[in-house]
Amino acid sequence: MSAPTPLVELRNVSKVYPATVKGAPDVTAIDDVSLTIDAGDVYGIIGYSGAGKSTLVRLVNVLERSTAGEIFIDGRDVARLPERELRPVRLGIGMIFQQFNLLNSRTVARNVAYPLEVAGRDKPGRATRVAEMLDFVGLADKAGAYPDQLSGGQKQRVGIARALATSPAILLADEATSALDPETTHEVLDLLGRVNKEFGVTIIVITHEMDVIQTLATKVAVMDQGRVIERGDVFDVFSNPQQAASAKFVSTVVKGVPSAPELAVLRARHRGRIVTLGFRDDSVDQSQVFGDLSRDGVAFQVVYGGINEIQGRPFGHLTLALTGEDATIDAALDRVRAFTTVTEVR
Amino acid sequence: MFDSLIDLLPEFWKAAFETLYIVGLTLFFGGLGGLIVGLGLYLTRAGSILANRGVFGVLNVLVNTIRPIPFIIFLAAVQPLTRAVVGTGIGNNAMIFTIALAAMFAMARIVEQNLLTVTPGVIEAARSVGAGPVRIIFTVLLPEALGPLILGFTFIFVALVDMSAVAGYVGGGGLGAFALLYGWRQFDPVVTWAAVLLIIVFVQLVQFLGNWLARKALRR
Repeated sequence: MSAPTPLVELRNVSKVYPATVKGAPDVTAIDDVSLTIDAGDVYGIIGYSGAGKSTLVRLVNVLERSTAGEIFIDGRDVARLPERELRPVRLGIGMIFQQFNLLNSRTVARNVAYPLEVAGRDKPGRATRVAEMLDFVGLADKAGAYPDQLSGGQKQRVGIARALATSPAILLADEATSALDPETTHEVLDLLGRVNKEFGVTIIVITHEMDVIQTLATKVAVMDQGRVIERGDVFDVFSNPQQAASAKFVSTVVKGVPSAPELAVLRARHRGRIVTLGFRDDSVDQSQVFGDLSRDGVAFQVVYGGINEIQGRPFGHLTLALTGEDATIDAALDRVRAFTTVTEVR
Repeated sequence: MFDSLIDLLPEFWKAAFETLYIVGLTLFFGGLGGLIVGLGLYLTRAGSILANRGVFGVLNVLVNTIRPIPFIIFLAAVQPLTRAVVGTGIGNNAMIFTIALAAMFAMARIVEQNLLTVTPGVIEAARSVGAGPVRIIFTVLLPEALGPLILGFTFIFVALVDMSAVAGYVGGGGLGAFALLYGWRQFDPVVTWAAVLLIIVFVQLVQFLGNWLARKALRR
């Protein structure tokens, strides 16, 4: 069996905006990005505002034109297609937005019907599909309501129903939960998870919130200044970030290794030696590690860190304050080194 | 003191009808023209869906040039054009052409500003499902801006009544001409005030209707 064609592939894509003021340098929003997204992925793209993520996602459905490179959707390069030929392509790519972007002059049902009208579906066909979609997002009772009568979470659910009405294979989510409170965020993320699992829709999630990636994504790309600086399985990037910017994002949701000022506080409060143990996956048996430490009479206290789980795989760092004789501690640490990474912070 | 007014009642009602005729037709033609030029301004401005620097520049300068000209001077200045199009430079039809032309450019700016209140994100959402420019105009832009557009047309109605009052100067009819001819020149303030009163009633009714329609469009 040959490798399947990726559903979305960006090859050396750049987007340069010409300078708005004469003499000023051009602005490079996307700088030579290559990215492969397979069917069924939930691909997270994370970065600070201005990193280029919103531009990047708009290159995929060609709402913005790339200035260099190729963009393949299901094997077809769409980057240079004329506007008219892009319209059928866009019917296969749904999009949801931070500000929902619903039509206020239309009811919920007619908002969901909008892409179906564009696709040329007949009226009975539209009505059936709208009912199906509203049912799926749990808003069947709001069909006749107007967007300004809905809460933020409900609006985003309408947005999702609208984006999926034409059964696209790809869904682009541009900061889809950034305008929502934490509880509503999780409702919407759950719904997006169902979209991926029940409909097999490939989702590209743009966000600056790491917990969105943690909850929803299977793969992640970290963007900084228009470039993808790190990418991979969410578990790998979370448990072992390679770049400083990635580590900073991970630290917003995962309490890992204490920073220098945090360490100073720990040292002032705790006697003994301070050691950080890294745990990754089930290869580390915590009970064995702690058993080994205490067997030799080393007293320990967990002073910092935590264990997280992504896709059922645990990982994390625990920082311990160890008290006892130096030689005993060294011997104990040597033994646990077999299961875990040990970093002594002095 | 109302004797002269009572004698003039047939002329008064005729003038009232003429005002409605002039204002109605100019609202239709001027409004339609304003909608088209306003849409043109909106669609061709930088970053919009049919961005075109040349077209926008021409429309923008045209609107800026014509709008500030005082109407009574505009009336005289475009008379050659009026004669070419309508066949005559005087009378109600010449007046309708001139007012509609002036109103078109005034309305264009109002339309442009009202369309700018539509969130760009909504247009982006329509583009993202494959909607083309024409569809976006009729299913997104105009419906989303309908409330403010109605208020804009209501606003321009008052300006049209104002402009139509000058029609008397070029042999047109209407309440303005009536007030000038039978009130002002005959030193009969009662006649003048009767015309003013009816104009106020017209404006109030239209403003009320406009507010009501806009409220319905905005569902508030």
